Amino acid sequence: MSIKSKYLMIAASIILLGVFLFPIWNIKLNAPQYPEGIGLRIWINQVTGEKEFDLKNINGLNHYIGMKPIVPDAIPELKFMPYIVVFFVLTGLLIALIKKRKLLLLWILLLMIVLSIGLYDFYMWGYDYGHNLDPTAPIKVPGMSYQPPVIGTKKLLNITATSLPGIGSVIIFISVTLAAASFFIDKKKERIND
Amino acid sequence: MKTKKILLSLFALIAFSVIAFNCSGSGGSGEFSDAANKVYVAPGSYDQFYAFMSGGFSGQVAVYGLPSGRMFKEIGVFSQDPETGYGYSEESKAMLMTSYGFIPWDDAHHPSLSMTNGEQDGRWLFINGNNTPRIARIDLHSFETVEIIETPNSGGNHASPFVTENTEYVVASTRFSVPVPNKDVPISTYKENFSGTVSFISVDKNSGKMNLSFQILVPGFNYDLARPGKGPSHGWAFFTSYNSEQANSMLEINASQNDKDFIAAVNWKKAEEYVKQGKAVSMDVEYYRNYYDEEKQTAYSEVKNKVLVLNPKDCPGMIYYIPTPKSPHGVDVDPSGEYIAAGGKLATVIPVHSFSKMLKAIEEKQFDGEIAGIPILKYDAVIAGEVQDPGLGPLHTEFDGEGYAYTSAFISSEIVKWKIGTWEVVDRIPTYYSIGHLMIPGGDTKKPWGKYVVALNKITKDRYLPTGPELTQSAQLIDITGDKMKLLLDFPTTGEPHYAQAISADILMKNSKRIYELEKNKNPRAVKSEKETRVERNGNEVRIYMTASRSHFKPDNIEGIKVGDKVYFHVTNLEQDWDIPHGFVVKGLNNSELLIMPGQTKTIVWEPKKVGIYPFYCTDFCSALHQEMSGYIRVSPVGSNVQISYNK
Repeated sequence: MSIKSKYLMIAASIILLGVFLFPIWNIKLNAPQYPEGIGLRIWINQVTGEKEFDLKNINGLNHYIGMKPIVPDAIPELKFMPYIVVFFVLTGLLIALIKKRKLLLLWILLLMIVLSIGLYDFYMWGYDYGHNLDPTAPIKVPGMSYQPPVIGTKKLLNITATSLPGIGSVIIFISVTLAAASFFIDKKKERIND
Repeated sequence: MKTKKILLSLFALIAFSVIAFNCSGSGGSGEFSDAANKVYVAPGSYDQFYAFMSGGFSGQVAVYGLPSGRMFKEIGVFSQDPETGYGYSEESKAMLMTSYGFIPWDDAHHPSLSMTNGEQDGRWLFINGNNTPRIARIDLHSFETVEIIETPNSGGNHASPFVTENTEYVVASTRFSVPVPNKDVPISTYKENFSGTVSFISVDKNSGKMNLSFQILVPGFNYDLARPGKGPSHGWAFFTSYNSEQANSMLEINASQNDKDFIAAVNWKKAEEYVKQGKAVSMDVEYYRNYYDEEKQTAYSEVKNKVLVLNPKDCPGMIYYIPTPKSPHGVDVDPSGEYIAAGGKLATVIPVHSFSKMLKAIEEKQFDGEIAGIPILKYDAVIAGEVQDPGLGPLHTEFDGEGYAYTSAFISSEIVKWKIGTWEVVDRIPTYYSIGHLMIPGGDTKKPWGKYVVALNKITKDRYLPTGPELTQSAQLIDITGDKMKLLLDFPTTGEPHYAQAISADILMKNSKRIYELEKNKNPRAVKSEKETRVERNGNEVRIYMTASRSHFKPDNIEGIKVGDKVYFHVTNLEQDWDIPHGFVVKGLNNSELLIMPGQTKTIVWEPKKVGIYPFYCTDFCSALHQEMSGYIRVSPVGSNVQISYNK
C-alpha cells in the first residue's frame, strides 16, 4: 500500500465516527394540522424527534391507528450498533497500518454487508410498526397499513411520510468511497511491487 | 337677477350637500378599492403589527393584527374569564385579590408597552385598573397576566401606567382625590380633607417585578393622564389635572370654571434623591401585590403595609405646575422629548409646552405663586406654541416621527394633523364617531412607525349592522404615509378600547410561547404521567389528580364522591404539542370551565349538591375523538359507604 492509499484508508476509518454526530435516516411527517411538519431522526444509537417533543407527539398520534409506541430504549439494534461502528473504525485503522490490501477488500465487503443488513432491519422495523397494529385501535381502515417507505414519500391517511437518508448515511457513503479509492489507487503499483 | 343668483347658490348648496352626503355615507366601492389592497392580509399571511387594545369596561386586553383588524385573543386581566378559568381556578384566584377582597372586574384603560432607551422592547404590557386602583403586567411570551399591584391612597387610577424611557417606573395617580389616609369625613370637607397622590412603581429590569417605590402627596385635583419624558426630558413625568376648582359635586359644571388647570411636572430623579435622603414619611396602608409563579403555575398574593410618601413642601424642585387651558386631558411628549402637547378638552387651542423653556423658567424662577408648596410656572414662560383651530374637544396626541403630530378631537369627531414647530394644522379627517384616544404604532416612543394612525371611537351609531341598544365601539385604521390621511378600515372592537399600543410583529412573534414544558411544571398538584393519577379523600375534601391527553382523561370513572364533599379537580394536560389545549368541565359545576394549555395544571373546585351520575368532558375540540373524551363521576348521599374508587 502506498502512503496515499494509507492516508485514504485512515480517513475512511476516522470519518465513520461522524455517524455519532449526525442522524442516519430522517422521516418527515406532514399533515394539515402540522404545517411545520413533525419528524423522526434515526441515529446509530438513538431515535429522536426532529423537534424536542416530536417523538412524544408522533407516539401520541400513532395510538389512534394502534401503532406501538416507538421506545428507543426497547430497540436492541441501537444498543449494539455503536460497537459495530467502533469495530469498523479500529479495524480500518489497523488495515491502514499493516497495509494489507486483501483485508481492505474484506473490510469494504463486510461494511457493505452490514449496511445491507441494517437497511433490511430498518425495513423490518417499519413493517412491524406499520402492520402489527392493536386490534382495538379507534381508527381502523380496511386494508390499510402504515409502513413508512425506506426511501421516498408515501401518503398514509392524512399524513404524508417522507423518508430519506441523513447526513450519517452520506458519511458512510464517503467512507466506503474513500476505502474503495484506497484499494484501487494502489492496484497497479502493488502489482509491480508484489 | 338677484333671485336667480339665490336660486343658483341654493342649487349649488343642494348639489354640494348631496355629494358630501354620498361621500360620508356608507362607503362606495371606488373610494376604498385602493384601501382594500392596503389592509388585505392574504390567508396564511401575517399582519405587520400586533395591536393591544384595552377592553375598557370589559376589564381585559384584546390582541389584534394590523392592518387587517383581525382579533386574535382576549387576555384576562382584571376580569374573571370563564373561557380559560382565569379568576375561577384555584391557581389564578389570587390575581384578583385586593385590600377590599376578591374583585372580579375592573375598568382597564391604558395599555403601555415596556421600553428600553425609549423604544419598545416587547417584554411586557402594563395596563391600569381604573376603579379599584391597580396596575397589571402581562408577559408577552405567554400573553398572560403575571402580576397585579394595587396602589393605596388613590381613587380612580386613570393617569396610568405609562412607562418611563427604560421602564424604570410605571406611574399611577388619583383621578378622584380622597382623604389620605382614607377616613370617615363629610364629603363637603373636600378642600380640607381630600388629597391627590402621584405614584411611582418601579419595575425590576430582569424579572419585571413591580414595587411601589414612593408616592407624592399633591393637592386634591383630578389627575387625569400622564407621560414620562424621553431623551432630554427623561427623568421627568407630566400629569394633567382638572378640577383645580376642587369641586366635590356636579363636576361637569363646577370643575369647568377655571380658564386654566395644571400640568404637574414631576422630576422623579429628584424625588428618588429625596427618598434616599430620608425625606419620605412611611405611611401605614394596606395593599396587595399578586404575582403568578410560572414554574408553580400558581398566583400568590402578598399584603403590603407601608408606603413612602413625599410632601412637595419638604422637597423643593421636585414638582411644578404648568398652567394649561382648560381641563386638560391628554399630555403627550413628542419623540424628541422637547415638546409636551396637552389636550385641553374645553380649550380652543392645543397648547404645546417646551421642556427647555420650562427648565429655563424654573432656573429664572418665573413663578406665579404656588399651591401647597408647588410653584406655578408662568404660562408664557413655558409655552412653545398653540395650535389654532384644532377641532373641538382635543384629547390626545400621537407622533409619526416625521415632524407631525396627530390630535384626536372628541366633540368635532376628527383627527387633526399639525406640524411641530409651526403649529399649523395641515390636514384633518373625520372619525366615526367621537374619537377618544388615537394610536400610531410606537407613536409614544422615540421611534414611531409612522405608517398608520388608529382612531379609537366611543360611538358607532349607524356604522355597522345594529345589535339592539348596545352597539360596538370601533377602531379605524388610517393611512398616514401621504400628505392626506386616508381611511382604510373600520372594525368593531371588544369592550371599549380606550388607549392601544402596537408593536412590530417580528419583535413578539419569535418569543411567543408554544407550550409549557411538563418537566418544568412545579405545580404541587401536577401529575406528570397517567401512572401518577389518583383520587384521595381527606375528610370531606376529595382531590382528583387527573390527566388529559388526546383523547381521554385518566381516571375517567370515579366513584365514592358524596354530597357535601369539596372536590378539587387537579387537571394536568400531558400534551407537549403546539395548540393542543384541553378543556375540563363537569355537569352542575358552579364555576367556570378550565382551559389547560399543554404542560399546564389547573384546578377547579366542585361541591356537588345532589346524588347522581355526573358526566364530565373536554370542551376544546382537541382531536378526531374529542367527543369520546369524557367520563363519569358517581355522587352518593351523605353518609354513604361507597368507597373512593377509580380506573386507571
